Amino acid sequence: MKNQLEQIRVSALKALEDAATPAALEELRVKLLGKKGELTAVLKQMGKLSAEERPVMGQLANTVRAQIEEKLESRKAELHAAALEAKLAAESIDVTIPGEAVAIGHQHPMNQVLQQIKDIFVGLGYQVVEGPEVELASYNFTRLNIEEGHPSRDRSDTFYFTDDDSVLLRTQTSPMQIRFMENHKPPFCMLAPGRVFRKDEADATHSPMFHQIEGLVVDEHITMGDLKGALITMMRKIYGEESVMRFRPHHFPFTEPSCEMDMQCHKCHGTGEIDGQVCSTCHGEGWIELLGAGMVHPKVLENCGIDPEKYSGFAFGMGLERMAMGRMKINDLRLIFDNDIRFLNQF
Amino acid sequence: MKLNRKWLNEEFVDLSNVSDKEFVETLTVFGQKVETYERMDAEIKNVVVGKVLSMVRHPNSDHMFICQVDVGQGEPVQIVTGAQNVHEGDLVPAALHNSWLPGGVHITKGKLRGELSNGMLCSFAELGLTQNDLPGAYADGIWILNDEDCKIGEDINLVIGNDDTIVDFEITNNRPDCYSIIGLAREAAAAFGKTMRHHEPVVHGSDAGSIFEHLDVEVPAAQLCNRYSSRMVANVKIGPSPKWLRQRLRANGVRPINNIVDITNYVMLEYGQPMHAFDYRYVSSGKIVVREAEEGETLTTLDGTVRQLKAGMLVIADDTKPIGLAGIMGGENSEIVDDTTMVVFESANFNGTSIRQTALALGMRTEASGKFEKSLDPMMTIPAVQRACELVELLQCGDVLDGVIDIVNYVPQPKTLPLEVDKINRLLGTEISKEEMVRYLNLLEIPVEGDTIHVPSFRPDLNLMADIAEEVGRAYGYNEIPTTAFKNSTQGGYTEEMKLEAKTGTLCRAMGYNEIITYSFTSPTVFDQIRLSADSPLRNALRIQNPLGEDTSIMRTIALPSMLEILSRNNAYHNKSVKLYEIAKIYLPVSGEALPEEPKMLVLGTYGANETFFTLKGELEGIFAGLRLKKASYHAVKDNPSYHPGRCAAVVIDGMEVGVMGQVHPLVAKNYGIDTDVYCAEISFTKLLQCRLPDATYSPLPKYPAVTRDLALICDEAVTVAQAEEVITAAAGKLLRDVKLFDIYRGVGVPEGKKSMAFSLELRADDRTLTDTDSEGVVTKVLNSLKEKLNATLR
Repeated sequence: MKNQLEQIRVSALKALEDAATPAALEELRVKLLGKKGELTAVLKQMGKLSAEERPVMGQLANTVRAQIEEKLESRKAELHAAALEAKLAAESIDVTIPGEAVAIGHQHPMNQVLQQIKDIFVGLGYQVVEGPEVELASYNFTRLNIEEGHPSRDRSDTFYFTDDDSVLLRTQTSPMQIRFMENHKPPFCMLAPGRVFRKDEADATHSPMFHQIEGLVVDEHITMGDLKGALITMMRKIYGEESVMRFRPHHFPFTEPSCEMDMQCHKCHGTGEIDGQVCSTCHGEGWIELLGAGMVHPKVLENCGIDPEKYSGFAFGMGLERMAMGRMKINDLRLIFDNDIRFLNQF
Repeated sequence: MKLNRKWLNEEFVDLSNVSDKEFVETLTVFGQKVETYERMDAEIKNVVVGKVLSMVRHPNSDHMFICQVDVGQGEPVQIVTGAQNVHEGDLVPAALHNSWLPGGVHITKGKLRGELSNGMLCSFAELGLTQNDLPGAYADGIWILNDEDCKIGEDINLVIGNDDTIVDFEITNNRPDCYSIIGLAREAAAAFGKTMRHHEPVVHGSDAGSIFEHLDVEVPAAQLCNRYSSRMVANVKIGPSPKWLRQRLRANGVRPINNIVDITNYVMLEYGQPMHAFDYRYVSSGKIVVREAEEGETLTTLDGTVRQLKAGMLVIADDTKPIGLAGIMGGENSEIVDDTTMVVFESANFNGTSIRQTALALGMRTEASGKFEKSLDPMMTIPAVQRACELVELLQCGDVLDGVIDIVNYVPQPKTLPLEVDKINRLLGTEISKEEMVRYLNLLEIPVEGDTIHVPSFRPDLNLMADIAEEVGRAYGYNEIPTTAFKNSTQGGYTEEMKLEAKTGTLCRAMGYNEIITYSFTSPTVFDQIRLSADSPLRNALRIQNPLGEDTSIMRTIALPSMLEILSRNNAYHNKSVKLYEIAKIYLPVSGEALPEEPKMLVLGTYGANETFFTLKGELEGIFAGLRLKKASYHAVKDNPSYHPGRCAAVVIDGMEVGVMGQVHPLVAKNYGIDTDVYCAEISFTKLLQCRLPDATYSPLPKYPAVTRDLALICDEAVTVAQAEEVITAAAGKLLRDVKLFDIYRGVGVPEGKKSMAFSLELRADDRTLTDTDSEGVVTKVLNSLKEKLNATLR
C-alpha cells in the first residue's frame, strides 16, 4: 500500500506538471482526487490494515493528497498567468500612433513674460495695479516734473484728444506713480504694467502702442544702494543668478539721481564680439540695456503730498516688448501685434 | 553728438594713451553714454603714398599708361592707370595688391589688356573724399599729393587725417552743455580725473573801423531772444579753410564750404553755440531786427526752399524783409558767397521751445535748431563770437571791426546751493567725505566755497540737493555705491480683477483659444464694417486729434472689430482653424468727465470646420463654470446688426445682460474678407466680476440612489429647449436634481412642423430610496404640465 501511494504521488505530480490547459488540470483532479479517483480507491483499502499500520498509512495518504492538491493549485495559477500574458500580448498596440488631439490655447508670448515678471514682484512684496490709458496731461507730464514745452509733449510725439492738450494717451506708465501716491501712504511697493502710446509708425522696432512696467517703492531712508540691491535681485530672478549688471547715470525728469541698468551680454560676455564677428545679441556693445530707474524726484513726492524730507524712494520702468523680444528672439515687433496663430502657437 | 578723439587730445585733454574701448566704457559709466564709435581708417587698408617714377603708353590701349611706382618697398611696383592727369615725379595714392577702399571695394593685382597691374592709383572720390574736403584738387583724375605734407610709402589714412576715432554720444536732455566739444572734453577730463586746458579767445582787432558805424540791432521779440551778440569783419577774403580745420569738420560730419562758413560751423562744434554769418551787402540799411514773422511772409532758406512763415515764428530781418530763420537756417538772400567782403557774425541765444516748434512746423530740424531747442547757456554768445573773430585773424581772412553789439534781454541769476554732505550720503547710501565731494565737483568745474556750491551757468540742470547727489554719485561711480538689501514689509498681491483675468485666460486656453493683443485705437470705418446702426451710441468714440492715420484715429468703443481683423488676417494666412481670445479694454466717453470709462471685454472669436454656435456656447459655459459664476441664460437676439439674426444670443446672468454671442453676420464676415462661418462672443469682463458665486462650501454627498427617467416629447417647432426645461423644472418639484436635453429629432414618425426633444430627468431624495410611485408621480406631473403649457406630448 505504501508503494501504491508512492506510485500515485510520483505519477500524479508528473501528470500535473505536464498538463497544458485548465481543462486538462480539471480532468486530472477528478482522476486523482475525485470520488472514483485513484487516491480514494487506495484509501478504501485502509480497512484491511492492522490497527498499528492504519494511522501510519492514513498520515501518508494525507501527505500525498496534500502534495497533489498543492501542485494542482500552483499549476492552475501558472496556467492562468500564461493565459493572461498571451491575451495581453495579443492586445498590444503601436504606441507611436499620435494621441487624440486636445487643442490647448497659448498665452500671448508677451503676456507670458509679463506674468512671470509680475509673479516675481508680487513675491517681493509688490502690489500690482492698473490705471487709465486715456490720461490727463497733468498726470502724464506736469506732476512728473515734465514742464510745458518739453519735447515729449509735442504733438509729433504724443496723441492728444483735446485742443488744450489736457487729455492724451499716456506715453508712459509713470503717471501711475502719481495716481498710486495720491491714494497710498508709505511704505509701499507698487508695480504698474500697462499699455502706452507714442506717435511712432509701426516697423520692426517701433509701434504706436507698446507696454511698460513701472515700479515704485517709497519708505523712510530708502537709498540709491537700496535701489541697486532691489533691481539686481529682481533682474537676476528674471535673467538668471549669474547675470552681471551695471548702472549708468542717465536723466529722467521725475527721478534724481537717475540711472539706466545694463546686463552684460550673455552671448559674448561683454566683449562685443564672437569669433571676430560683431555680437548679434548686443550689437557689439557688450551690454544690453534693461531699464531706467532713479530716486524719486523730491518735487514728484511733494506733488503727491509726501514729505521729501521724511520719505525717499526709487522708481523704475522697463519696456515689455523689448524684454520679450530679447528673451524669445523675436526679431520684428510687428509679429507681436500681428497675432498670426502660427506665431502664437510657438510659445 | 560726435567727438573726434584727436581734437580732444590736441586741444583740451590728452587722453591719447587711453584705448578706444577704455575711453568709451569709462565715459559711458560716467554718464555720457556712447552710442557707437568708429575708427576713421577702418575702411581704407593698404593704400600708400607712391611716387610715379616712369610712365609709358600701354601697347594695347590708346589711353592707358603703365607706371612704375615707388611705394617705399624697395623695388618699384607696376600699376596700370587710365588717368590722364598723372606725370612722372607725381606723388599719388597707390592702392596696392590686396587693398581695401571705402564701400568694401577690394583691389587685387591683375592684367589690364595683357599688362600686369599690381594695384590702382586712386582719385579722392575713391578714398571717400569730396571736393569740399579738398578744395583745388583735381576731381576727374588721380589725386595728386605733391602739395600735401607726405612721404613715399606713408599710409594714405595719415594724409587724409583718418588716424582718428569718432565717438558718438547720446546726450541727455538735461545736459545741453554736452552738445559741444568743450562740454564733452569737460566730461572726459573729469571721468579720467584730469584737468582740462581752457582757451580764452583773443581778438587783436584792426584799423578797419567799428561795428557801430555799420550795424544797428534791434530785438523787439525780446521774450524769444535772451541775447543777441554780434561782431563784424571787413575786407573778407573768401577761400578754403586750412587742412586742420577742414579735417576736424569732416571728422564731425560737417562739409567744409569756405573759411567764413567753416568758422561758424567750427565754433558751433567747439562751443555748442550755433552761429550765423550774413553778407553785410544784403542787410538793407545796415539794420538787423529780431522779430516775429508776420503771417504770410516768405523766406527762401539756404537750402533753396521757399518757406511760408506763420505769425509768431522768430525771424532775423533787416528793415524790409526776413534774412534768416532764427536759430534754424539762414536766408539765401544774405548768404556768404565767393565775393563777400563784409560779414556780420551772429551769436545769439533764442528761446528753445519757440525754435523747436518753428522747426517742427516747417519740417526742417537742423544742427543749429537741434542745439537751440535744448536751451543753451546765454553766457556762451560772447566767447563764441570772440572765438570766431580770433579764427578770422588766425586764418587771415579778414579784418575784425572794433566793438561788439550785445543785446541782453535776461537777468543773469548767479545760483548757489548748499553742499549738504549728510543728506547726499543718506540719499546715495554712501559715506563720502566732504573733501571727496568737493574734489568731484571741482573736477566737473563746479566751484565750491566752504559749504556753498556756485552753480556754473552751463549747468542749468543743478537746482537741488538731489542734483548734486547725482554729480557726486557718478563721480564716485554708481557701480561703487554699496548694494544694500532693502527690507520691505509690504504685502504683495493682485487685485480681484487681475486674479479673475488670469483665471479667465487659463480657462480660455484650456478651451483651445490662443490669446491675442490688439491695438486700442482703430478706424472710424469699423462701425460700418460691423453694420452698426447710424444712431448707435457706440459711434460716439474718443477721437485722437493728431493720429498716425485715419485707421488708428479713434479709441475703440467695441472690441469686436479688433477680433474680426485678426481672424481675417489669419484667414488670409490660410490658417484653417482658429480660436482666439482677448481681454480688451474699450473706451467709453462719459459726458461731463475728462476721462472715459475703460471697461474690459472678454472677446472670443473662432472659425473652422468643427465650429458651431453650440461649440462656442459650450466653451463659454465651461469658462463661466470654471470662474464659478452664477448660472447664465441665453436669449435669442434678432436685431444685433453684427450677428446672424437667427443665431445670436444675449448672455444674461442674474437679470443683467453681460454680453452677446453668436454667428457673425455673413455680411460682416464678408466685410472682413472671411468667406466662412465666424463665431464670436463679447462679454463684459468688468460685469463678470459682479456675477461670481460665493466661495464654495461642501454639500453632503447623496446617501440614496438616483432614478433616471427619459422623456421624448413631441412639440411645435417654436417651443425652445429653455421653455421645456423651465416647465419641467417647475412641475417636477424638489425631487428633480437635474434635467438634460440629450436629443432633438425631426423626420420619420414626427409630424411636419413638429420636433421631438428628449430629456433625461434625474430624481433623488435625500432621506430615502425613491419608489416607482414617487417617480411615476413626478413624471405624470411633468407630462401634464408640458401638455398644458406647451402642448407637448410623450412621443
